[in-house]
Amino acid sequence: MIRKSAAEMATALASGEISSVALVQAHFDRIASVDKQVHAFLYLDTEGALAQAARIDAKRAKGEKLSPLAGVPLALKDVMVQKGIPTTCGSKILEGWRPPYDSTVVANLKKNDIVILGKTNMDEFAMGSSTENSAYGPTHNPWDLTRIPGGSGGGSAAALAAFEAPLAIGTDTGGSIRQPAAVTGTVGVKPTYGGVSRYGLVAFSSSLDQAGPCARTVLDAALLHEAIAGHDPRDATSINAPVPPVVQAAKNGDVKGMKIGVVKQLNGDGYQAGVRSRFEESLELLAMAGAQIIEVSCPNFEYALAAYYLIAPSECSSNLARFDAMRYGIRIGDGDGASAESVMNLTRAVGFGREVKRRIILGTYALSSGYYDAYYGSAQKVRTLITQDFTNAFTKVDVLVSPTCPTTAFKIGEKANDPLAMYLNDIATIPVNLAGIGGMSLPCGLAPEDGLPVGFQMMAPAMQDQRMYSVGASLEAALLSKWGAPLLSKAPALGGAK
Amino acid sequence: MSLTYDDVILKYEPVLGLEVHVELNTHSKMFCGCSTIFGGEPNTQTCPVCLGMPGALPVVNEKAIESTILIGLALNCSIAPFSRFARKNYFYPDMPKNFQISQFDEPICVNGFVDIEIETDEGNKKFRIEIERVHMEEDTGKSLHVGGVTGRIHGADYSLLDYNRAGIPLVEIVTKIVPGTGKYAPEVAKAYVAEIRDILRSLKVSDVKMEQGSLRCDANVSLRIIGSDVLGTRSETKNVNSLRSIERAVRGEMIRHAELLNNGQRVVQETRHFQEDTGLTRSGRSKEQAEDYRYFPEPDLVPVAPDAAWIEKLRTTLPERPSIHRKRLQEQWAVPDKEMAAMINADVLDIVEATVVLGADPTKARSWWLGEISRVANEREVAIVDLEITPSDVAEIVALVKAGDLTDKLARQVIEGILNGEGKPAEVIAKRGIKVVNDNSALMAAIEKACAAQPETAEKVRSGHLPAAGALIGAVMKATGGQADAAKVRELLLAHLGQS
Amino acid sequence: MNLLDLRLMSSLSRDDVANLARLARIEMSDEELVNLSTEFTVILEAVARVQEVAGADVEPTSHPLPLRNVFRPDVVTPSLTPEEALSGAPASEDNRFRVPQILGEEA
Repeated sequence: MIRKSAAEMATALASGEISSVALVQAHFDRIASVDKQVHAFLYLDTEGALAQAARIDAKRAKGEKLSPLAGVPLALKDVMVQKGIPTTCGSKILEGWRPPYDSTVVANLKKNDIVILGKTNMDEFAMGSSTENSAYGPTHNPWDLTRIPGGSGGGSAAALAAFEAPLAIGTDTGGSIRQPAAVTGTVGVKPTYGGVSRYGLVAFSSSLDQAGPCARTVLDAALLHEAIAGHDPRDATSINAPVPPVVQAAKNGDVKGMKIGVVKQLNGDGYQAGVRSRFEESLELLAMAGAQIIEVSCPNFEYALAAYYLIAPSECSSNLARFDAMRYGIRIGDGDGASAESVMNLTRAVGFGREVKRRIILGTYALSSGYYDAYYGSAQKVRTLITQDFTNAFTKVDVLVSPTCPTTAFKIGEKANDPLAMYLNDIATIPVNLAGIGGMSLPCGLAPEDGLPVGFQMMAPAMQDQRMYSVGASLEAALLSKWGAPLLSKAPALGGAK
Repeated sequence: MSLTYDDVILKYEPVLGLEVHVELNTHSKMFCGCSTIFGGEPNTQTCPVCLGMPGALPVVNEKAIESTILIGLALNCSIAPFSRFARKNYFYPDMPKNFQISQFDEPICVNGFVDIEIETDEGNKKFRIEIERVHMEEDTGKSLHVGGVTGRIHGADYSLLDYNRAGIPLVEIVTKIVPGTGKYAPEVAKAYVAEIRDILRSLKVSDVKMEQGSLRCDANVSLRIIGSDVLGTRSETKNVNSLRSIERAVRGEMIRHAELLNNGQRVVQETRHFQEDTGLTRSGRSKEQAEDYRYFPEPDLVPVAPDAAWIEKLRTTLPERPSIHRKRLQEQWAVPDKEMAAMINADVLDIVEATVVLGADPTKARSWWLGEISRVANEREVAIVDLEITPSDVAEIVALVKAGDLTDKLARQVIEGILNGEGKPAEVIAKRGIKVVNDNSALMAAIEKACAAQPETAEKVRSGHLPAAGALIGAVMKATGGQADAAKVRELLLAHLGQS
Repeated sequence: MNLLDLRLMSSLSRDDVANLARLARIEMSDEELVNLSTEFTVILEAVARVQEVAGADVEPTSHPLPLRNVFRPDVVTPSLTPEEALSGAPASEDNRFRVPQILGEEA
């Protein structure tokens, strides 16, 4: 059962074939058997999840009308606040903190009776592309345990690929949902900015952060998307409009007559050969399904990475200022007449990891008086230009596509000492965040040279998220019929049992 | 050596800059739904948003925006068609996010002015104070310093933080530099803050209680040598919290600067704290390096772009400007200048007006509030509005006196009772058994005289022949020059003769 | 700011980094400061590219969506209890957050 899709599990639950308690327990058993190798989870709420599952089973027994995903388990990225459950954001500075409130995403999950198994590992405060920056140790890619599962949401993606959960929540600031999905052979969606509430999402870069669904199939992602999306009066940047019809689009999966634009700047030099060949193959499948493939140019995308690495650090330098040992989290150096200032300095020195400090310092510099216009101000202008590139492109095509990342999963430790090389992982995912539009990554095969998953990225205009689901579902179906079985069935077995 | 104020103004011209911080009187905080009620138990008015907890997000209170626009309109400002909130980044334990949500280069109101008038030996003088900006921000929490000298930050062992005030909406009103006030700078500063306070009170957007800190002023003062156009270095005296203190702080800083300059020393640009006891300012802890606030647009809040219709709708709700209102009242009530000034100084104008609106005679209302009631307020050292007595009580008492049901002397007893918490006027009268005794002695004397003059007639009435009373009544009426109430006279006469 | 200044500033000295660390309230060892200063030379060169296209005619984007005037009504909603508010506090006393002595300006 744990290898089935969330939609299939929901059907089995609805028909009484399995109880939610049994389904949740099966996932805890799987986690017990494989998570020592994968390390996807930072915290398991065994008691709470089983109790919630029992309540849902009871509701079902009484004949109550339940939501489509009721009783299905889910893994929550540890950047999302859940009342009473430890939330660390992969950082030592928040060790032991149990938030006194629920994020809106968690409230929506609970409302939909989706069972939260626990919290997944991540790069500290979502800063990274490999989950190596977690203060609690790296997560391993289920396809090859010596490799990274992507980041920052490596824990959520690895949990899906290792069949530890059928659904997961991720957050995507520069690719933290899509890049892990790509390198683990799973599906990840970054909705339009403002589509899913950020209330209770511990902020990394407020104008870029967006929570979204992670799953193993396009339909599962769509079902989860509908469950968590919608207007939230507690988030001033939340869109007050109906949720795009993503489930309908995922069910139809029709691309006939759609114009699909291949972004010239996000392909070619610097992209691994196997990534390119799988991407080209996917384009052919979409053409065969009736889509029109067009090349489009987005000339300012080459500045996206630079703009991102100014905007995100700037906002993070301010967002992370609150971690100061006064109100919550760890406190270092108190006593012996120590001042609040020295306690702050020491706590932040000990509590933050290297990458977080690097970005805080970079952001502090980019915002400082005299340099604001040159750095942060210029980056904001590049943001305008990138948005214009998208707007122009979307006058010609319905959806834009590219490989999700330039390479397949790299080895743990390989890029740990080269921040710039690490940042290049996000080159194809970042433009979407800067423009606030939607993006999706779908597994499109294994690179012949290393046998590792490759991601196919789709990008749609703001609040047109359903278009990605149409293309994604169409391509997924074409690939499935070509492969004969889901990609993840080719992943090596983990743990003792199959 | 010590300079006198006269020495200072012979040589130097003061240049002022005034920043008034006002707490708005919204029900809920600036960015969250926590209550703003003053004086709650520590940390009972806090939530994830105003505690700056990870993940929490601010959402702007619409009433706070409306109040700020109203203030801008009342101060003759332009309302920006587009403004944004910005983060002001600096670390301080009373600020939960370690940034303050404020406004930087895009405030909501700009370029206004306020006209004020002060009394001088040379007659009344008018000044126009130009307003640079009116912007919104959030207040910080309050710290209690424990150990060391009680309540002082320096030498404290540790501090205790209460975030009930964190996130209370604040409006900051900043003047452009104010030159040309000459020797009147201290009075101008005081009159300006008083005018701002009156305007804010008339708008009903703030409690404007300086003693509770809901209105506080920072005074920037610099001196330049008369005739020079080079501005001197300024000092910023923080959180001055009474009108009198503003005057004293400006005067004190002028003298302090002049002494430094005369001695060839330089004025340090710094923050200073006003000390009520000495009337002097004390240096704040000077920072080794200038703070760099790294302002940038608050990404969690979207821009504020009020449309013309909204602004015009708010404009129609603007009350009469307090200075104009005062002139109108003075004419209507026919109050002499001196009496008017006395009411303004004693801060009873609004309450007298409220009493008059309820039907009381302006002169009577004024004399009760300014006299007896003010005296008690002073004795108890409380604001007059915080006494138990209300305008409707005073209006009722004035009406009772007018009707002859109370004498002034008895009215004073009733007021005393109300102030002692004995209840409303009727309750006090009942409880204290205040007998409303009409002054009938003159009438009775006339009746007795008439009876004595016509003993037979009196006897007839006494024996029950009531029509005979007419002659006696006529005599009394004649004796009182027709001023007496005939019915009353008849009643008293019959009673006197045992016929009632 | 002219281009020459920008090029000059594409690197940060150890002392520059120390000043930034002070602003950001992060204690740093000499080794960390030197390392960061070296890394920033490379990173700043890469990110400074934004200046190539950020002309005066381009409006900056601070918010990805063109939303305006998002407000909440002035209504009081329940607060946390002091116990909840203080539940994560490293130290507390009398329902207040207890913090080390504050050196700095009196507010």
